[in-house]
Amino acid sequence: MMTTSGFGFLHMGGDAAFVWPAYGVAALILIAFAVLSWRRLRAAERALERVTESDPAMSDDA
Amino acid sequence: MATAFNLHRFANPGRFLRLASALLPWLTGGAAVLFAIGLYLALVGSPPDYQQGDTVRIMYIHVPSAWMAMMGYALLGAAGASALIWRHPLADVAGEAIAPVGAGFTFVALATGALWGKPTWGTYWVWDARLTSFLVLFFLYVGHIALTHAFDDRQRGRRSAAIIAIVGLINLPIIKYSVDWWNTLHQSESILRMDGPSIHPAMLWPLFVMIAAFTLYFFAVVVTRMKAMLLEARHRAAAFAR
Amino acid sequence: MSRKRLRLYLVLATLVVLGIATTLVLRALNEELVFFLSPTQIAEKQPDAGRQIRLGGLVEAGSVEKSGETVAFSVTDLSSNVRVTYRGLLPDLFREGQGVVVQGAFDGNGRFVASEVLAKHDETYMPPEVAKALKESGRWQETEGKGTAQPVVTQ
Repeated sequence: MMTTSGFGFLHMGGDAAFVWPAYGVAALILIAFAVLSWRRLRAAERALERVTESDPAMSDDA
Repeated sequence: MATAFNLHRFANPGRFLRLASALLPWLTGGAAVLFAIGLYLALVGSPPDYQQGDTVRIMYIHVPSAWMAMMGYALLGAAGASALIWRHPLADVAGEAIAPVGAGFTFVALATGALWGKPTWGTYWVWDARLTSFLVLFFLYVGHIALTHAFDDRQRGRRSAAIIAIVGLINLPIIKYSVDWWNTLHQSESILRMDGPSIHPAMLWPLFVMIAAFTLYFFAVVVTRMKAMLLEARHRAAAFAR
Repeated sequence: MSRKRLRLYLVLATLVVLGIATTLVLRALNEELVFFLSPTQIAEKQPDAGRQIRLGGLVEAGSVEKSGETVAFSVTDLSSNVRVTYRGLLPDLFREGQGVVVQGAFDGNGRFVASEVLAKHDETYMPPEVAKALKESGRWQETEGKGTAQPVVTQ
């Protein structure tokens, strides 16, 4: 499209050595936080389910 | 006491949990869509810069990360203040949820800044006022996380963390205006300028989309973490009650 | 006064005191926090030969002379200028009219010998075609002192 300089997309006009690692670092950190926080939530939900099954009074819908 | 009770009614964890459940699909879905559009625009659909060529594409992640790092700290300071002053029950949870995410964004801003600095300035790092104050921001986040977990008494840890969160607010205007107050290698503000942005619209729009994507992502992760922490607390209480 | 209100005032007072203290410290450290000196500031200060300093400004148009690995150029803030010599690799963005920050020291003969040359870029971003069009239509203006040659972006 508009990536005209250099030999195409992956080459990034000769700056691939800086552009791609920058995107890599950002992707790594952002994906890690998303996955870890989601897994933590799932674990908490499951742990709570196990307790509330035997004790309906703890349920949030009460 | 009646007003205080009413205030706390809105801070009810149950109420927050229901709000979080309703918001999360929109936050995650919105972030995913905006990231797809934003990444396409940043990497393919935007032109190279007249001076920097394709390295300018690092801007589309560096600038949003830096904004999230600073917005996160402003929220951390606000949470610290409402924890200390009003003893808001959600404030400590919010602070504990925000700090690692903010530290992550600060790290991304520093790392992408270094990778942008090398091909443009000729160096990964200099000790100018902007870069140094931003490194201080990272240490403030790390200090907050460390203090939160430093004491056996959870309440004491959270209290100390809230204090560092408030004290560190001083650093935000220093970061913002460092490029105006002192000579720095870092260039001046491009977006929030009195005379309007100095970025061409073909590059400004992709940047705005990425900032929006980062913002939704930030709140999606923070709300997820807060929800998890509240459920963990509820689980501890339930396990204790049995 | 309720405890809540007392705590609110305490936090606000702490922030005000902290803000004043920080302002005073930063003012006192002003000299140290400046990353570089302009040619005019250097002309006023007359730093001793051999003392390491950073000098910032624009590379004066037409001043760059290359001979082998050594390059000589003038750094200007449009009111004073300093002649710099440097041996080594220049950053990609180094060009005439571009902002630079050079670290080095004066030798005994009033020449600034640089050990490091960094490019300083300004806050303007645009596609190459737009820059070319601006230059052709004559809407490109040089700004004094800070940053680099700066186009007038009018939208």
